[in-house]
Amino acid sequence: MHNLSVAQISQGLSKGEFSSVEITQHFLDRIHQLDSSINAYITKLDESALAAAQQADKQIAAGQANPLTGIPFAHKDIFCAQGVKTTCGSRMLENFISPYDATVVANLKQAGAICLGKTNMDEFAMGSSTETSYFGKTMNPWDLETVPGGSSGGSAAAVAARLAPIATATDTGGSIRQPASLCGITGLKPTYGRVSRWGMIAFASSMDQAGPMGKSAEDCALLLQAMASFDSKDSTSIDHLVPDYSANLNAPLEGLRVGVPKEFFEQGLDPQIAAQVHNALAEYEKLGATLIDIELPNSKLAVPTYYVLAPAEASANLSRFDGVRYGHRCENPSDLMDMYCRSREEGFGEEVKRRIMIGTYVLSAGYYDAYFRKAQQVRRLIKNDFDRAFEKVDIIAGPTCPSTAFKFGAKTDNPVEMYLEDIYTISVNLAGLPGMSLPCGQIDVMPVGLQLIGKHFDESLILNAAHMFQQATDWHTLAPAFADNTSEANGGAS
Amino acid sequence: MSLERTDIEKLALLARINISDSESQQVTERIGAVLNLVDQLQAQDTEGVEPMAHPMDATQILRADEVTESNDRENLMSNAPATEEGLFLVPKVIE
Amino acid sequence: MSWETVIGLEIHVQLKTKSKIFSGSAVDFGQDPNTNASAIDLAMPGTLPVVNAEAMRMATRFGLAIDATINQKSVFERKNYFYPDLPKGYQTTQLAEPIVGPGIVTIQLENGTSKDVRIHHAHLEEDAGKSLHEDFHGMSGIDLNRAGTPLIEIVSEPDMRTPEEAIAFLRQIHAIITYLDISDGEMSQGSMRCDANVSVRPMGQEELGTRTELKNINSFRFVERAINVEVERQIDLIEDGGKVVQETRLYDADKNETRSMRSKEVANDYRYFPCPDLLPVVLSDEFVQAERESLPELPVAKQARFVNEHGLSAYDASVLTQNRETADYFETAAKTCGDSKLAANWVTVELAALLNKNDLGISDCPISAENLGQMIQRIKDGSISGKIAKTVFEAMWNGEGSADEIIEAKGLKQVSDSGAIEAMVDEVLAANSQQVDNYRNAAPDKQPKMLGFFVGQVMKISKGQANPGEVNRILKEKL
Repeated sequence: MHNLSVAQISQGLSKGEFSSVEITQHFLDRIHQLDSSINAYITKLDESALAAAQQADKQIAAGQANPLTGIPFAHKDIFCAQGVKTTCGSRMLENFISPYDATVVANLKQAGAICLGKTNMDEFAMGSSTETSYFGKTMNPWDLETVPGGSSGGSAAAVAARLAPIATATDTGGSIRQPASLCGITGLKPTYGRVSRWGMIAFASSMDQAGPMGKSAEDCALLLQAMASFDSKDSTSIDHLVPDYSANLNAPLEGLRVGVPKEFFEQGLDPQIAAQVHNALAEYEKLGATLIDIELPNSKLAVPTYYVLAPAEASANLSRFDGVRYGHRCENPSDLMDMYCRSREEGFGEEVKRRIMIGTYVLSAGYYDAYFRKAQQVRRLIKNDFDRAFEKVDIIAGPTCPSTAFKFGAKTDNPVEMYLEDIYTISVNLAGLPGMSLPCGQIDVMPVGLQLIGKHFDESLILNAAHMFQQATDWHTLAPAFADNTSEANGGAS
Repeated sequence: MSLERTDIEKLALLARINISDSESQQVTERIGAVLNLVDQLQAQDTEGVEPMAHPMDATQILRADEVTESNDRENLMSNAPATEEGLFLVPKVIE
Repeated sequence: MSWETVIGLEIHVQLKTKSKIFSGSAVDFGQDPNTNASAIDLAMPGTLPVVNAEAMRMATRFGLAIDATINQKSVFERKNYFYPDLPKGYQTTQLAEPIVGPGIVTIQLENGTSKDVRIHHAHLEEDAGKSLHEDFHGMSGIDLNRAGTPLIEIVSEPDMRTPEEAIAFLRQIHAIITYLDISDGEMSQGSMRCDANVSVRPMGQEELGTRTELKNINSFRFVERAINVEVERQIDLIEDGGKVVQETRLYDADKNETRSMRSKEVANDYRYFPCPDLLPVVLSDEFVQAERESLPELPVAKQARFVNEHGLSAYDASVLTQNRETADYFETAAKTCGDSKLAANWVTVELAALLNKNDLGISDCPISAENLGQMIQRIKDGSISGKIAKTVFEAMWNGEGSADEIIEAKGLKQVSDSGAIEAMVDEVLAANSQQVDNYRNAAPDKQPKMLGFFVGQVMKISKGQANPGEVNRILKEKL
């Protein structure tokens, strides 16, 4: 049951093969059985999930079902959900009950989907391993000794371990694509402005973007359909028609021009990953696409550019966590200054504090031009590279990550090494482009991801290209052994 | 860019984050390492390049001047560490 | 050594929008604390700002009113600092690309001269909340109702040289914003607030001295006092061999002194950068043109018209145009009585004094402009004397009716009937035969002075109502 696609669940529900309550219970049971081993969830929402599932069953019975009605899913714990604890992986918000719904949360409620719980993440989405969460690390279901990637590691691990069919996630520098790659699932970061940021706790506002994770491009298309909307509450939301993302999934790829950036295959890339990605590219040629070499010369500066701009924005975005109106406040502050400094010392973890200080530094008097302004200029150069490339190609393909999942602690002492995890994903955020990761191979059982990058608002083409690949291959159907560590009989109805 | 401990102290004060003496050395080193990484930008010629603040070339949509919110104080203040008479309480503010 | 004072003002004006600059909360003061503070105003995690169109429109109109460049592309930035009344930990404001660029405000001085004060720029920003300092077990209370109220901050060049010029400038800004109806401009309510940058330099020196920024000047009256006391402090300091430190100083009206606000000085590096949650605001040519065309008659134009059409002095015209209500009042009174100069005189002297004494604004004036006009008309047509008019005026102020009603009811109408006056003259002459003789024997150049005695006696009998011109004429005839 937990290996079913969204479309299959939907069909099962409408045919009466099982109810939403039953499949919801099935996933809740799995979570209770298995999650203690991987810690994908921060908050489990059994009660409200089952209540919503009952409602969904009524809607289905009344013939008023949407594609996601009654479908269980998980929210990354970065989305504010009214009356629900929303922690962003931080001690700062350990006890924060959101007083309102994020637009993404409201959209999914509206779509009739059933929220199973809120998933673990790097604190304030800062990290590439989910090790910075205040609520403990999440394990990669493919190898419990390794990281699931981050920051959306909880959502990725939950989908990989079949503890949710689909999950919401966010991506500021690779936080959807990198964990999707490391966990062997499919994840899409949409065009900046496609999904509303209202109620999504901000990290770096000009790059943050929410998107879907699932077992396949087809599932991602359905989840994105519900997440995407123009939102007048988000000034950076773009009023652009939301197309039917499922409509073109099966369009033939004949004549598709696939750009292959040489910079993505240079130093730092594990040769075994390079080989797997080349195999995937060969698959595209078989599907009728043409491979075209392209250059993204400034992409080598994407990581340094990002580590100026994202911390700068974050340093201001996180100033609101001051212990005045909500969030952690230290015990017995001696005065106002003490309250600020100790509340923030105690409420934030090391990585968050580091980025706040870096951001403070690059914006401070005397450094603004050399760092912040310079990085904004390089950002434009990086975007211009993509603009030029897209004059010649329809889509860009390459690796998502330089390596497969690494061991816990391997990069925690060296922030720069951790930052280089996102070497192929970050430029996409800087340019605001849509990007996707889909499984395209394995190295010693550990998944390898293929990254597809499209033009602004070209999610349909990316989904189409990913879906056609998944029709021709079965990497996306592989599940970690961990997911089958339990008997279906314990899972309730099956 | 070599960073001194005093630089870190200044940043920590601006950012209102207390840093204990025992952490100070490591914090300085690790931030220094990141600043070395971002210093790669200095070599890039950006003469005449317009800084880019947003990925999309869009402009602000304006909101009509309408009151759309009503009193929701109880809900909105329910997470506050200290309140009294509808006010958020903080250690004495000295002007 | 003689010193020259250099003053620049930064004026914050709260805009009269219905909702806040970045949220849909009401702009409405005097409500229970935090009841007009939405999730956005409280900077709840995940909330985002959206710009209020009306705030942009009002700021545009202000810019057009001072003939400033309107930056059709403006950018909001974040000004970072921690303060409990600043929920986001930054103020959303404008810096590099403000909506209003350089402009000019012309001020009129009492000596009849005028002066141009350059405006450096004016920008839009959000107001902060309030810290309440009464004691809550040793803690302060934070009310965020005001947080997010739209403000324009108007920054002048250091073009003023005396406190009088600073007040005239402040009054002119007040006039402009109230004419435009973009703010109520009440300094006492904090809807218009003024900071003054003050420095001194030896007379004739080109280079500016070190300035201090004076805060908390919350009335027109205090502008002069605060600047004077600070200028004195700076001069004393320099003459004693000290140096002025660039700092923020608080004006204490009770003690009439300024004192350093060291709390504000703690490492303030505001780290401005463009707010990534907001996009550049771009105003179309059509929008700006439409706003330009729909501007009301502004103080300067009205002043010029009052000088040209009504024949007023430049100074009187500037006093009368300080707010739209006063200007309208004057025009109505002038039209009713047909004598602009007399109307201007009554409005700027008698009426202004009474309003001032009773701490009332022109909109609360108990005497309508029509009634004042009618009264002035009665002076002109000889129905009452200027002296009697003051009695009528006071009665009108006390709500005893219109000028005509009061004149009628109190029998104050001037006696111009020559028969009645003749009778009174005869009575006086008969009762004062000695003085009559003296007068008749006196040298002609002494006579006018002596005539005053008889006039006084006749007026006394008439209870002040005899027409003085007529009394004079008849007396001379009889004597």
